[in-house]
Amino acid sequence: MKKLVKGNEAVVIGALVAGCDAYYGYPITPASEIAHAASEYFLPLGKVFVQAECEIGAINMVFGSSSSGQRVLTASSGPGISLKMEGISYLAGAQLPCVIVNVQRVGPGLGNIGPEQSDYFQVVKGGGHGDYRNIVLAPASVEETYRMTIEAFDLADKWRTPVFLLTDATLGQMMEPIDICEEPTQRADKPWALDAKASSNDNLVTSIYLDFDDMESHIGGLHEKYRQITETEARADVYGAAVPEIVLTGYGITGRMLHSAVDELEKRGIAATLIRPQTLWPFPSKVYQDTVKPGVPVLSVELSRGQFIEDVRLSLPGHQVKWFGRVGGNLPELGELVEQAEKCLEEASNV
Amino acid sequence: MSKVFEKSPAFFDTFERKPSMQKTTHYCPGCGHGIIGKIIADQLAELGLQDQAIFVGPVGCGVFIYYYFESSAVSSAHGRASAVATGVSRANPDAVTISYQGDGDLAAIGTSNAIHAANRGENMIVFFVNNNIYGMTGGQLAPTTLIDQVATTAPYGRSIKNDGFPLRMAEMMAGLEAPTLVARVGVNNPRNIRQATKVIKKGLEIQRDKKGYAFIEILSQCPTNWKKEPKEACEWIDEVVSKQYPFGVFKDLTEEREAVERPCKRVEFAEVAKQLGLVETAASDSKQLEMAHDEMHFKFAGFGGQGVLSLGMMLAQMSMQRNMEVTWLPSYGPEVRGGVANSSVVVSKTPIGTPVVDNPNVLVALNRPSLEKFGPLVPEDGLIVYNSSLIDQIPADLKCKVYALPATDLASTVGTVKAANVVVLGFIARKTGMFELADLEVFLCETFKKPALQEVNLKAVNAGWQAAGNL
Ligand code: SF4
Repeated sequence: MKKLVKGNEAVVIGALVAGCDAYYGYPITPASEIAHAASEYFLPLGKVFVQAECEIGAINMVFGSSSSGQRVLTASSGPGISLKMEGISYLAGAQLPCVIVNVQRVGPGLGNIGPEQSDYFQVVKGGGHGDYRNIVLAPASVEETYRMTIEAFDLADKWRTPVFLLTDATLGQMMEPIDICEEPTQRADKPWALDAKASSNDNLVTSIYLDFDDMESHIGGLHEKYRQITETEARADVYGAAVPEIVLTGYGITGRMLHSAVDELEKRGIAATLIRPQTLWPFPSKVYQDTVKPGVPVLSVELSRGQFIEDVRLSLPGHQVKWFGRVGGNLPELGELVEQAEKCLEEASNV
Repeated sequence: MSKVFEKSPAFFDTFERKPSMQKTTHYCPGCGHGIIGKIIADQLAELGLQDQAIFVGPVGCGVFIYYYFESSAVSSAHGRASAVATGVSRANPDAVTISYQGDGDLAAIGTSNAIHAANRGENMIVFFVNNNIYGMTGGQLAPTTLIDQVATTAPYGRSIKNDGFPLRMAEMMAGLEAPTLVARVGVNNPRNIRQATKVIKKGLEIQRDKKGYAFIEILSQCPTNWKKEPKEACEWIDEVVSKQYPFGVFKDLTEEREAVERPCKRVEFAEVAKQLGLVETAASDSKQLEMAHDEMHFKFAGFGGQGVLSLGMMLAQMSMQRNMEVTWLPSYGPEVRGGVANSSVVVSKTPIGTPVVDNPNVLVALNRPSLEKFGPLVPEDGLIVYNSSLIDQIPADLKCKVYALPATDLASTVGTVKAANVVVLGFIARKTGMFELADLEVFLCETFKKPALQEVNLKAVNAGWQAAGNL
């Protein structure tokens, strides 16, 4: 059943289809529609919705409900995610599944409410204290936002880990049809969860291991899990020419714009291929290595001044990768992207 | 001979959750925490609530509360126990949720979370262990440290000027409407322990009966950081500490409060679908739209309040119902407030790449700044509809067909200027050849349920449709 919705509302619908039990959040533009929709739908369904006193409160309520085996959702934008980072580190340490949405806006500081992708480091590389990782999914459309929200709950349960959905002001605010049906989801058994029953009396959810050796083996366990996730969950959408003269890459809304750029370049007789990572951690490095042949120029586009490109470069050691982007809330025009691609190609042929 | 003192069955026999020395606690000799734990355990056991109990541990000397109680437990970040307990309590409506917090935890870094949990009247009991100092971190100044009391971060004693006054949490909590029970007790002598036992029992009964929030502040002795012998520490509570923090029950509404049930349900998809208002439509077999290009780009611009966002939404919605791919993107940033709001719509026969519209095939400009800003971007084979009721001058650099539609005037004749966007909808539907008048009418009747609104909008769309025939 098709419904025309904003990206932000698609998150909530995806969560409901995935059987999400609780939403805890705090208002912030441009993520607030997620809280609006959650309050509208969760309460009448007898699910939990609490507008917390602050972002820190919200993420710790997530911690409490997730400890109790619930499927839990929270959402915010950069400044709010900064506040949540403490709790996210604890969630990762205690191996608690949950889904966290960051509808990126412009930073640093208050910035503004326009779209940017400048929380890449914050979300993909950490943000909180300690040696942990979160799975990060990056949708490029409202439909994909919906699908990935459902998937995020399964991944969170499967790996006992927080999962981020990284969108931005454009994806959150734009409307597209989504096709809503009953979807199979794999809700994990959670024998470790807190419960008001004798059988759970021995259950303890914690991230503290006083003994250094115990702590080292806990961290080792986390990283063994991260290794498995890296091996199995990384993926990207590859679109365009089979043998490209130039490779374009970007995630989220930028990746989607590059999709149009590939088509436009094709009209001009240039064989281009887009690599659009759908997981940012784990980063689909292998897709880059398989797609980008030596000597083929790569143009990496992001709405930030050189964050995403670091992972592209790490995936292609020794390869020339050129950056392009807009910031401050501006989106590149299609013409601008095509022009940059042509310039990049020209520079490469002059070398 | 009967035993008068034994280990509570609510405690583990040996403290297996503790990495070493599993027969003793981690507390210093003479510490109040051990006594508090014993009272809670005894009362849980007596009330038969041990299996229902879920402990939320703090950061501070209470951090290892889970070593001792044979109940499920979670440890939280510094100050966050009340927020974590909120999540636990909401997820486990049948649990006895116990948040155990010290004074740095609850009254400094976590004050906000503590007060708001109380104010929501969460079904939880909070044990606030006040020993007016940071214990585990090493004797630093707490919000509850007494005036002139020496701490490792107040080596000259607490000064009002520098550190403010000792915080009376129980009195603050009692000032809130939601809490059911608020009290301050002590565990420094047998009389106080008997009173503490009574109050703690009552607090747990409130949890058993789901009657809301209970806050029990416990003045507790910390001989280590007070640098006093245990006996001396106990006496100091009576002689000095309790003068700043008087014992008492500040609020008790146990009798009049009813059980508070907060649902936490799992539902089938059908129920979700109903809540979302999903209805099977017969649209799936209807023909795709006829358009000048396989992909059409629209820009609707005007003052905020002229309905340019909803105009775009209506076009997107109608196109979606005809099996087209659509995107709708609202304008962003300062321009929203500066007079020009706009929405971009892409309607396509194939999946849409960028939703951004740089060069619209169709521009609707309802005010002059929008016409000036976007008009020159429309290519030669495009079309512009501008609101001639409000725009008397058109820019010289327009390349395409331009229609002057007195949208505001037409809307005003049908009853309200607010319907100007629907006038435009009728106009562009006919000019682009995308929809029939009947399609528009059916759509508007589905969208506007109130008869009065329906009538105005039907008139407006007809006015636009007619105008498109005449221009
Ligand atoms: S430091 Fe104080 S509060 Fe902490 S265990 Fe020792 S005596 Fe008790």
